[in-house]
Amino acid sequence: MKQYAYYPGCSLESMATSYNLSTLEVAQTLGVELKEIKDWNCCGATAYFPVDELLAHTLVARNLALAEKDGLSDFVAPCSACYKNAYFTNAYLKKDPDLAEHINYALEADNLHINGTMTVRHLIEVFIEDVGLDEIGKKVTHPLKGLRVAPYYGCQLLRPRKENQNVENPQFFENLLSALGAEAVDYPSKTRCCGGSLIVTNRKAALDMVHILLQDAVNRKADVIATTCPMCNVNLEVYQNQVNREFGTQYSIPVMYFTQLMGVALGIKPAKLGIGKEVVSGEPALAFAY
Amino acid sequence: MDIEMSFSEEIANVMYASHGNPITDCLQCGTCSGTCPAAEFMDHTPRTIIGLINAGYKDEVLASNTFWSCASCYHCTVRCPAGIDIADMMYALKRYSMWKGEHQEGLIGPVFAQSFVKMIVDSGRSYEPLLAPTYIFKNGPRGLVQEMQTATGLMLKGRLPLLPKKIKGLKKFRNMVRRIIPIGEPT
Repeated sequence: MKQYAYYPGCSLESMATSYNLSTLEVAQTLGVELKEIKDWNCCGATAYFPVDELLAHTLVARNLALAEKDGLSDFVAPCSACYKNAYFTNAYLKKDPDLAEHINYALEADNLHINGTMTVRHLIEVFIEDVGLDEIGKKVTHPLKGLRVAPYYGCQLLRPRKENQNVENPQFFENLLSALGAEAVDYPSKTRCCGGSLIVTNRKAALDMVHILLQDAVNRKADVIATTCPMCNVNLEVYQNQVNREFGTQYSIPVMYFTQLMGVALGIKPAKLGIGKEVVSGEPALAFAY
Repeated sequence: MDIEMSFSEEIANVMYASHGNPITDCLQCGTCSGTCPAAEFMDHTPRTIIGLINAGYKDEVLASNTFWSCASCYHCTVRCPAGIDIADMMYALKRYSMWKGEHQEGLIGPVFAQSFVKMIVDSGRSYEPLLAPTYIFKNGPRGLVQEMQTATGLMLKGRLPLLPKKIKGLKKFRNMVRRIIPIGEPT
Protein backbone atom coordinates (compact mmCIF):
# COMPACT_ATOMS: atom_id res chain seq x y z
CA MET A 1 0.00 0.00 0.00
CA LYS A 2 1.16 3.51 -0.86
CA GLN A 3 2.66 5.67 1.88
CA TYR A 4 1.45 9.24 2.39
CA ALA A 5 3.13 12.22 4.04
CA TYR A 6 0.71 13.09 6.84
CA TYR A 7 0.43 16.70 7.98
CA PRO A 8 -1.97 16.74 10.96
CA GLY A 9 -1.81 20.51 11.61
CA CYS A 10 -1.95 22.26 14.99
CA SER A 11 -5.70 21.86 15.67
CA LEU A 12 -5.47 18.09 15.51
CA GLU A 13 -3.21 18.18 18.55
CA SER A 14 -5.65 20.24 20.60
CA MET A 15 -9.29 21.08 19.89
CA ALA A 16 -9.55 18.45 17.16
CA THR A 17 -7.83 15.47 18.82
CA SER A 18 -10.82 13.34 17.91
CA TYR A 19 -10.22 14.14 14.24
CA ASN A 20 -6.64 12.91 14.57
CA LEU A 21 -7.62 9.74 16.46
CA SER A 22 -10.37 8.84 14.01
CA THR A 23 -8.16 9.64 10.99
CA LEU A 24 -5.43 7.29 12.15
CA GLU A 25 -7.89 4.50 13.05
CA VAL A 26 -9.80 4.69 9.78
CA ALA A 27 -6.62 4.94 7.70
CA GLN A 28 -5.26 1.83 9.37
CA THR A 29 -8.48 -0.10 8.80
CA LEU A 30 -8.49 0.90 5.13
CA GLY A 31 -4.79 0.11 4.66
CA VAL A 32 -3.77 3.72 4.05
CA GLU A 33 -0.30 4.27 5.48
CA LEU A 34 0.05 7.77 6.93
CA LYS A 35 3.60 8.75 7.84
CA GLU A 36 3.64 11.91 9.95
CA ILE A 37 6.01 14.60 8.66
CA LYS A 38 8.85 15.06 11.16
CA ASP A 39 8.92 18.35 13.06
CA TRP A 40 6.32 20.08 10.90
CA ASN A 41 5.36 23.67 11.64
CA CYS A 42 2.05 25.57 11.65
CA CYS A 43 0.74 26.34 8.15
CA GLY A 44 -0.35 29.83 9.17
CA ALA A 45 -4.10 29.27 8.80
CA THR A 46 -5.55 32.56 7.59
CA ALA A 47 -3.29 34.74 9.71
CA TYR A 48 0.12 34.91 7.98
CA PHE A 49 -1.09 36.28 4.69
CA PRO A 50 -2.17 39.65 6.10
CA VAL A 51 1.37 40.14 7.37
CA ASP A 52 3.74 38.90 4.71
CA GLU A 53 2.94 36.84 1.66
CA LEU A 54 6.46 35.50 1.16
CA LEU A 55 6.72 34.44 4.81
CA ALA A 56 3.37 32.68 4.52
CA HIS A 57 4.50 30.70 1.46
CA THR A 58 7.88 29.87 3.02
CA LEU A 59 6.38 28.47 6.21
CA VAL A 60 4.07 26.27 4.17
CA ALA A 61 6.94 25.28 1.87
CA ARG A 62 9.03 24.09 4.83
CA ASN A 63 6.45 21.34 5.48
CA LEU A 64 6.38 20.40 1.80
CA ALA A 65 10.18 20.28 1.74
CA LEU A 66 10.24 18.02 4.82
CA ALA A 67 7.80 15.67 3.09
CA GLU A 68 9.93 15.68 -0.08
CA LYS A 69 12.96 14.77 2.02
CA ASP A 70 11.12 11.66 3.19
CA GLY A 71 10.89 10.63 -0.47
CA LEU A 72 7.09 10.70 -0.49
CA SER A 73 4.93 12.12 -3.25
CA ASP A 74 1.55 12.85 -1.63
CA PHE A 75 1.12 15.46 1.09
CA VAL A 76 -2.11 14.78 2.98
CA ALA A 77 -3.89 17.27 5.25
CA PRO A 78 -7.11 16.57 7.16
CA CYS A 79 -7.67 20.29 7.86
CA SER A 80 -9.18 22.25 4.98
CA ALA A 81 -7.23 25.41 5.80
CA CYS A 82 -3.90 23.56 5.94
CA TYR A 83 -4.87 21.80 2.71
CA LYS A 84 -5.72 25.02 0.90
CA ASN A 85 -2.52 26.75 2.00
CA ALA A 86 -0.32 23.79 1.03
CA TYR A 87 -2.16 23.29 -2.25
CA PHE A 88 -1.65 26.84 -3.47
CA THR A 89 1.88 27.39 -2.22
CA ASN A 90 2.79 24.14 -3.98
CA ALA A 91 1.03 25.19 -7.18
CA TYR A 92 2.48 28.73 -7.18
CA LEU A 93 6.06 27.71 -6.56
CA LYS A 94 5.89 25.17 -9.37
CA LYS A 95 4.68 27.87 -11.77
CA ASP A 96 6.83 30.73 -10.53
CA PRO A 97 10.62 30.15 -10.50
CA ASP A 98 11.17 33.56 -8.90
CA LEU A 99 8.95 32.66 -5.93
CA ALA A 100 10.62 29.24 -5.68
CA GLU A 101 14.05 30.89 -5.59
CA HIS A 102 13.05 33.26 -2.77
CA ILE A 103 11.57 30.40 -0.79
CA ASN A 104 14.60 28.20 -1.33
CA TYR A 105 16.93 30.97 -0.22
CA ALA A 106 15.08 31.03 3.12
CA LEU A 107 14.77 27.22 3.38
CA GLU A 108 18.53 26.94 2.95
CA ALA A 109 18.92 28.39 6.46
CA ASP A 110 17.05 25.31 7.70
CA ASN A 111 19.10 22.92 5.49
CA LEU A 112 16.05 22.33 3.32
CA HIS A 113 15.29 22.64 -0.35
CA ILE A 114 12.05 22.30 -2.27
CA ASN A 115 11.94 20.87 -5.78
CA GLY A 116 8.17 20.96 -6.24
CA THR A 117 7.56 17.23 -6.58
CA MET A 118 4.66 16.93 -4.14
CA THR A 119 0.96 16.51 -4.84
CA VAL A 120 -1.19 18.10 -2.13
CA ARG A 121 -4.40 16.33 -1.14
CA HIS A 122 -7.16 16.53 1.41
CA LEU A 123 -7.71 13.40 3.49
CA ILE A 124 -11.27 12.92 2.19
CA GLU A 125 -9.88 12.79 -1.38
CA VAL A 126 -7.44 10.05 -0.46
CA PHE A 127 -10.22 7.91 0.98
CA ILE A 128 -12.63 8.53 -1.89
CA GLU A 129 -10.21 8.51 -4.84
CA ASP A 130 -7.44 6.15 -3.78
CA VAL A 131 -9.31 3.66 -1.60
CA GLY A 132 -12.59 4.08 -3.46
CA LEU A 133 -16.21 4.00 -2.40
CA ASP A 134 -16.70 0.36 -3.43
CA GLU A 135 -13.79 -0.76 -1.29
CA ILE A 136 -15.00 1.35 1.66
CA GLY A 137 -18.52 -0.04 1.20
CA LYS A 138 -17.18 -3.59 1.35
CA LYS A 139 -15.51 -2.93 4.71
CA VAL A 140 -18.63 -1.43 6.34
CA THR A 141 -19.70 -3.72 9.18
CA HIS A 142 -22.12 -1.33 10.95
CA PRO A 143 -24.05 0.57 8.25
CA LEU A 144 -25.32 3.94 9.53
CA LYS A 145 -28.84 2.95 8.62
CA GLY A 146 -31.42 5.69 9.06
CA LEU A 147 -28.88 8.26 10.24
CA ARG A 148 -29.59 11.60 8.57
CA VAL A 149 -26.29 13.37 8.00
CA ALA A 150 -25.81 16.94 6.73
CA PRO A 151 -22.62 16.90 4.65
CA TYR A 152 -20.90 20.18 5.47
CA TYR A 153 -18.11 20.82 2.97
CA GLY A 154 -17.26 24.32 4.23
CA CYS A 155 -15.02 26.54 2.16
CA GLN A 156 -11.41 25.74 1.68
CA LEU A 157 -11.81 22.11 0.74
CA LEU A 158 -13.51 23.45 -2.40
CA ARG A 159 -12.41 27.04 -2.76
CA PRO A 160 -10.41 28.58 -4.30
CA ARG A 161 -11.08 26.16 -7.14
CA LYS A 162 -8.55 23.38 -7.56
CA GLU A 163 -8.44 22.07 -11.12
CA ASN A 164 -11.92 21.11 -12.32
CA GLN A 165 -13.70 20.74 -9.00
CA ASN A 166 -17.45 21.34 -8.94
CA VAL A 167 -17.54 24.22 -6.48
CA GLU A 168 -21.26 24.99 -6.62
CA ASN A 169 -22.84 21.61 -6.00
CA PRO A 170 -20.27 18.92 -5.23
CA GLN A 171 -21.54 15.41 -4.51
CA PHE A 172 -18.54 13.42 -3.31
CA PHE A 173 -19.31 13.84 0.41
CA GLU A 174 -22.90 12.66 -0.13
CA ASN A 175 -21.57 9.66 -2.05
CA LEU A 176 -19.22 8.77 0.78
CA LEU A 177 -22.05 8.98 3.32
CA SER A 178 -24.20 6.74 1.15
CA ALA A 179 -21.37 4.20 0.99
CA LEU A 180 -21.47 4.15 4.80
CA GLY A 181 -25.18 3.38 4.70
CA ALA A 182 -26.18 6.81 6.02
CA GLU A 183 -28.77 9.09 4.50
CA ALA A 184 -27.13 12.23 3.09
CA VAL A 185 -29.42 15.17 3.73
CA ASP A 186 -29.92 17.69 0.94
CA TYR A 187 -28.21 20.58 2.73
CA PRO A 188 -28.32 23.86 0.79
CA SER A 189 -25.79 25.57 3.10
CA LYS A 190 -23.24 22.83 2.61
CA THR A 191 -20.64 25.15 1.05
CA ARG A 192 -21.56 28.31 2.97
CA CYS A 193 -18.83 29.68 5.26
CA CYS A 194 -18.79 28.98 9.04
CA GLY A 195 -17.00 32.24 9.76
CA GLY A 196 -13.54 30.72 10.21
CA SER A 197 -11.27 32.91 12.31
CA LEU A 198 -13.94 35.63 12.48
CA ILE A 199 -14.97 33.69 15.61
CA VAL A 200 -12.02 35.51 17.24
CA THR A 201 -11.84 38.73 15.23
CA ASN A 202 -15.55 39.44 14.61
CA ARG A 203 -17.57 37.19 16.94
CA LYS A 204 -20.93 38.73 16.04
CA ALA A 205 -20.49 38.05 12.33
CA ALA A 206 -19.24 34.50 12.93
CA LEU A 207 -22.09 33.57 15.29
CA ASP A 208 -24.56 34.84 12.72
CA MET A 209 -22.93 32.66 10.06
CA VAL A 210 -22.95 29.59 12.35
CA HIS A 211 -26.59 30.28 13.24
CA ILE A 212 -27.60 30.06 9.57
CA LEU A 213 -25.80 26.74 9.14
CA LEU A 214 -27.36 25.21 12.27
CA GLN A 215 -30.86 26.38 11.38
CA ASP A 216 -30.54 24.96 7.89
CA ALA A 217 -29.46 21.56 9.28
CA VAL A 218 -32.40 21.58 11.70
CA ASN A 219 -34.83 22.56 8.94
CA ARG A 220 -33.61 19.58 6.94
CA LYS A 221 -34.08 17.28 9.95
CA ALA A 222 -30.43 16.27 10.12
CA ASP A 223 -29.42 14.08 13.08
CA VAL A 224 -25.81 15.15 12.82
CA ILE A 225 -23.64 17.56 10.83
CA ALA A 226 -20.50 16.00 9.36
CA THR A 227 -17.40 18.14 8.83
CA THR A 228 -14.08 17.92 7.00
CA CYS A 229 -12.24 20.68 8.86
CA PRO A 230 -11.37 21.40 12.52
CA MET A 231 -12.22 25.10 12.22
CA CYS A 232 -15.70 24.36 10.90
CA ASN A 233 -16.17 21.73 13.57
CA VAL A 234 -15.18 24.05 16.42
CA ASN A 235 -17.33 26.92 15.18
CA LEU A 236 -20.39 24.73 14.66
CA GLU A 237 -20.00 22.66 17.81
CA VAL A 238 -18.13 24.53 20.54
CA TYR A 239 -19.88 27.83 19.82
CA GLN A 240 -23.38 26.35 19.57
CA ASN A 241 -24.10 27.51 23.13
CA GLN A 242 -23.05 31.05 22.33
CA VAL A 243 -25.33 31.00 19.28
CA ASN A 244 -28.17 29.88 21.54
CA ARG A 245 -27.46 32.74 23.95
CA GLU A 246 -27.15 35.30 21.17
CA PHE A 247 -30.24 34.29 19.20
CA GLY A 248 -32.45 32.72 21.88
CA THR A 249 -32.34 29.37 20.07
CA GLN A 250 -32.04 25.87 21.52
CA TYR A 251 -29.80 24.05 19.13
CA SER A 252 -28.29 20.82 20.32
CA ILE A 253 -27.18 19.18 17.12
CA PRO A 254 -24.10 16.94 17.18
CA VAL A 255 -21.23 17.84 14.87
CA MET A 256 -18.86 14.99 13.98
CA TYR A 257 -15.82 14.61 11.77
CA PHE A 258 -16.49 12.54 8.66
CA THR A 259 -13.75 10.18 9.85
CA GLN A 260 -15.67 9.51 13.07
CA LEU A 261 -18.73 8.46 11.07
CA MET A 262 -16.53 6.33 8.81
CA GLY A 263 -14.99 4.72 11.89
CA VAL A 264 -18.37 3.85 13.40
CA ALA A 265 -19.49 2.28 10.12
CA LEU A 266 -16.23 0.35 9.89
CA GLY A 267 -16.92 -1.13 13.32
CA ILE A 268 -14.24 0.76 15.26
CA LYS A 269 -15.04 1.35 18.96
CA PRO A 270 -16.40 4.90 19.58
CA ALA A 271 -13.76 5.72 22.25
CA LYS A 272 -10.97 5.00 19.76
CA LEU A 273 -12.53 7.58 17.43
CA GLY A 274 -12.57 10.29 20.08
CA ILE A 275 -16.36 10.03 20.37
CA GLY A 276 -17.29 11.39 23.81
CA LYS A 277 -15.05 14.45 23.52
CA GLU A 278 -17.85 16.56 22.06
CA VAL A 279 -19.36 19.52 23.85
CA VAL A 280 -22.67 18.69 22.15
CA SER A 281 -22.89 14.95 22.72
CA GLY A 282 -23.01 12.74 19.64
CA GLU A 283 -24.40 9.85 21.70
CA PRO A 284 -28.10 10.28 20.85
CA ALA A 285 -27.33 10.23 17.13
CA LEU A 286 -24.90 7.35 17.35
CA ALA A 287 -26.74 5.35 20.02
CA PHE A 288 -26.68 2.26 17.83
CA ALA A 289 -22.87 2.24 17.90
CA TYR A 290 -22.62 2.07 21.68
CA MET B 1 10.60 61.33 -14.64
CA ASP B 2 8.29 60.80 -11.70
CA ILE B 3 5.75 58.09 -12.12
CA GLU B 4 2.71 58.49 -9.95
CA MET B 5 1.18 55.20 -8.98
CA SER B 6 -2.58 54.94 -8.63
CA PHE B 7 -4.04 53.32 -5.49
CA SER B 8 -5.27 50.47 -7.63
CA GLU B 9 -1.72 49.89 -8.91
CA GLU B 10 -0.35 50.00 -5.37
CA ILE B 11 -2.81 47.27 -4.36
CA ALA B 12 -1.91 45.25 -7.46
CA ASN B 13 1.71 45.41 -6.29
CA VAL B 14 0.95 43.79 -2.94
CA MET B 15 -0.81 40.90 -4.66
CA TYR B 16 2.50 39.38 -5.66
CA ALA B 17 1.65 35.73 -6.06
CA SER B 18 -2.01 36.10 -7.00
CA HIS B 19 -3.11 34.51 -10.18
CA GLY B 20 -6.37 36.37 -10.79
CA ASN B 21 -7.13 39.14 -13.28
CA PRO B 22 -6.36 42.78 -12.43
CA ILE B 23 -8.96 44.49 -10.22
CA THR B 24 -9.37 47.12 -12.94
CA ASP B 25 -11.25 44.39 -14.86
CA CYS B 26 -14.15 44.69 -12.36
CA LEU B 27 -17.55 45.03 -14.05
CA GLN B 28 -19.30 46.28 -10.88
CA CYS B 29 -21.85 43.48 -11.28
CA GLY B 30 -22.16 42.83 -7.53
CA THR B 31 -21.91 39.03 -7.66
CA CYS B 32 -19.27 39.22 -4.91
CA SER B 33 -21.49 41.28 -2.60
CA GLY B 34 -24.50 39.05 -3.24
CA THR B 35 -22.39 35.99 -2.45
CA CYS B 36 -20.47 37.27 0.58
CA PRO B 37 -21.79 35.79 3.88
CA ALA B 38 -20.19 38.62 5.87
CA ALA B 39 -21.34 41.52 3.65
CA GLU B 40 -23.92 42.75 6.14
CA PHE B 41 -21.18 43.26 8.74
CA MET B 42 -19.02 45.34 6.39
CA ASP B 43 -18.94 49.14 6.13
CA HIS B 44 -18.73 48.76 2.36
CA THR B 45 -19.62 45.65 0.36
CA PRO B 46 -16.87 44.00 -1.70
CA ARG B 47 -18.28 45.52 -4.91
CA THR B 48 -18.17 49.02 -3.41
CA ILE B 49 -14.63 48.49 -2.10
CA ILE B 50 -13.39 47.55 -5.57
CA GLY B 51 -15.18 50.57 -7.02
CA LEU B 52 -13.57 52.81 -4.40
CA ILE B 53 -10.10 51.37 -5.08
CA ASN B 54 -10.41 51.81 -8.81
CA ALA B 55 -11.62 55.39 -8.30
CA GLY B 56 -8.66 56.13 -6.01
CA TYR B 57 -10.54 56.64 -2.72
CA LYS B 58 -7.66 55.43 -0.57
CA ASP B 59 -8.72 57.00 2.74
CA GLU B 60 -12.26 55.61 2.59
CA VAL B 61 -10.95 52.16 1.78
CA LEU B 62 -8.34 52.10 4.56
CA ALA B 63 -10.85 53.44 7.10
CA SER B 64 -13.36 50.66 6.39
CA ASN B 65 -13.69 47.33 8.22
CA THR B 66 -14.49 45.52 4.98
CA PHE B 67 -11.30 43.54 4.46
CA TRP B 68 -10.98 42.80 8.20
CA SER B 69 -14.47 41.23 8.05
CA CYS B 70 -13.52 38.82 5.27
CA ALA B 71 -13.50 35.21 6.47
CA SER B 72 -11.43 34.01 3.46
CA CYS B 73 -14.21 31.73 2.21
CA TYR B 74 -13.36 32.50 -1.44
CA HIS B 75 -16.99 32.31 -2.53
CA CYS B 76 -16.62 35.68 -4.31
CA THR B 77 -13.40 34.51 -5.97
CA VAL B 78 -14.89 31.41 -7.58
CA ARG B 79 -17.97 33.29 -8.79
CA CYS B 80 -16.41 36.51 -10.10
CA PRO B 81 -17.24 36.67 -13.83
CA ALA B 82 -14.22 38.92 -14.38
CA GLY B 83 -11.89 36.35 -12.80
CA ILE B 84 -10.65 38.60 -10.02
CA ASP B 85 -9.33 36.85 -6.89
CA ILE B 86 -11.35 39.08 -4.57
CA ALA B 87 -10.57 37.19 -1.34
CA ASP B 88 -6.88 37.53 -2.11
CA MET B 89 -7.40 41.23 -2.75
CA MET B 90 -8.83 41.45 0.79
CA TYR B 91 -5.54 39.95 2.06
CA ALA B 92 -3.63 42.52 -0.02
CA LEU B 93 -5.66 45.30 1.63
CA LYS B 94 -4.89 43.86 5.07
CA ARG B 95 -1.16 43.84 4.25
CA TYR B 96 -1.29 47.33 2.82
CA SER B 97 -3.14 48.71 5.83
CA MET B 98 -0.78 46.99 8.33
CA TRP B 99 2.29 48.30 6.52
CA LYS B 100 0.89 51.80 6.49
CA GLY B 101 -0.25 51.39 10.09
CA GLU B 102 -3.65 52.75 9.11
CA HIS B 103 -6.79 50.95 10.10
CA GLN B 104 -10.09 51.52 11.82
CA GLU B 105 -9.81 51.88 15.62
CA GLY B 106 -10.83 48.95 17.80
CA LEU B 107 -10.54 46.15 15.25
CA ILE B 108 -9.28 42.78 16.53
CA GLY B 109 -8.11 41.56 13.11
CA PRO B 110 -4.78 43.43 12.87
CA VAL B 111 -3.82 42.55 16.47
CA PHE B 112 -4.82 38.93 15.94
CA ALA B 113 -2.72 38.62 12.77
CA GLN B 114 0.32 40.09 14.51
CA SER B 115 0.02 37.94 17.64
CA PHE B 116 -0.46 34.88 15.46
CA VAL B 117 2.69 35.51 13.47
CA LYS B 118 4.67 36.26 16.63
CA MET B 119 3.47 32.99 18.14
CA ILE B 120 4.57 31.05 15.05
CA VAL B 121 8.02 32.60 14.75
CA ASP B 122 8.54 31.98 18.49
CA SER B 123 7.45 28.34 18.57
CA GLY B 124 6.68 27.04 15.08
CA ARG B 125 3.23 25.94 16.21
CA SER B 126 -0.07 27.62 16.97
CA TYR B 127 -1.80 27.32 20.33
CA GLU B 128 -5.30 28.71 20.71
CA PRO B 129 -5.15 30.00 24.35
CA LEU B 130 -2.37 32.40 23.40
CA LEU B 131 -4.79 34.05 21.00
CA ALA B 132 -7.70 34.42 23.40
CA PRO B 133 -6.39 37.64 25.03
CA THR B 134 -6.94 39.58 21.81
CA TYR B 135 -10.63 38.74 22.03
CA ILE B 136 -10.93 39.24 25.79
CA PHE B 137 -9.16 42.58 25.59
CA LYS B 138 -11.82 43.84 23.21
CA ASN B 139 -14.84 42.38 24.99
CA GLY B 140 -13.97 43.01 28.65
CA PRO B 141 -15.32 40.93 31.57
CA ARG B 142 -18.17 39.46 29.53
CA GLY B 143 -15.67 38.25 26.95
CA LEU B 144 -13.48 36.78 29.67
CA VAL B 145 -16.34 34.80 31.23
CA GLN B 146 -17.46 33.48 27.84
CA GLU B 147 -13.93 32.42 26.91
CA MET B 148 -13.35 30.78 30.30
CA GLN B 149 -16.56 28.76 29.99
CA THR B 150 -15.65 27.63 26.50
CA ALA B 151 -12.06 26.82 27.49
CA THR B 152 -13.06 24.88 30.61
CA GLY B 153 -15.53 22.82 28.58
CA LEU B 154 -12.78 21.91 26.12
CA MET B 155 -10.24 21.17 28.83
CA LEU B 156 -12.60 18.77 30.58
CA LYS B 157 -12.99 16.92 27.30
CA GLY B 158 -9.23 16.71 26.82
CA ARG B 159 -9.30 19.07 23.89
CA LEU B 160 -7.09 21.83 25.29
CA PRO B 161 -3.50 20.98 26.18
CA LEU B 162 -2.10 22.97 29.09
CA LEU B 163 1.13 23.88 27.39
CA PRO B 164 1.92 25.06 23.89
CA LYS B 165 4.09 22.83 21.69
CA LYS B 166 7.31 23.88 20.10
CA ILE B 167 9.01 22.41 17.09
CA LYS B 168 12.39 20.75 17.73
CA GLY B 169 14.45 22.54 15.11
CA LEU B 170 13.40 25.96 16.35
CA LYS B 171 16.81 27.61 16.00
CA LYS B 172 17.18 26.78 12.31
CA PHE B 173 13.50 27.52 11.75
CA ARG B 174 14.00 31.01 13.13
CA ASN B 175 17.05 31.48 10.90
CA MET B 176 14.80 30.65 7.97
CA VAL B 177 12.22 33.23 9.09
CA ARG B 178 15.04 35.76 9.56
CA ARG B 179 15.80 35.58 5.86
CA ILE B 180 12.35 37.02 5.15
CA ILE B 181 11.31 39.33 7.98
CA PRO B 182 13.34 41.02 10.74
CA ILE B 183 12.82 39.18 14.04
CA GLY B 184 16.05 40.24 15.78
CA GLU B 185 19.45 38.58 15.95
CA PRO B 186 19.92 34.99 17.18
CA THR B 187 20.57 34.84 20.91
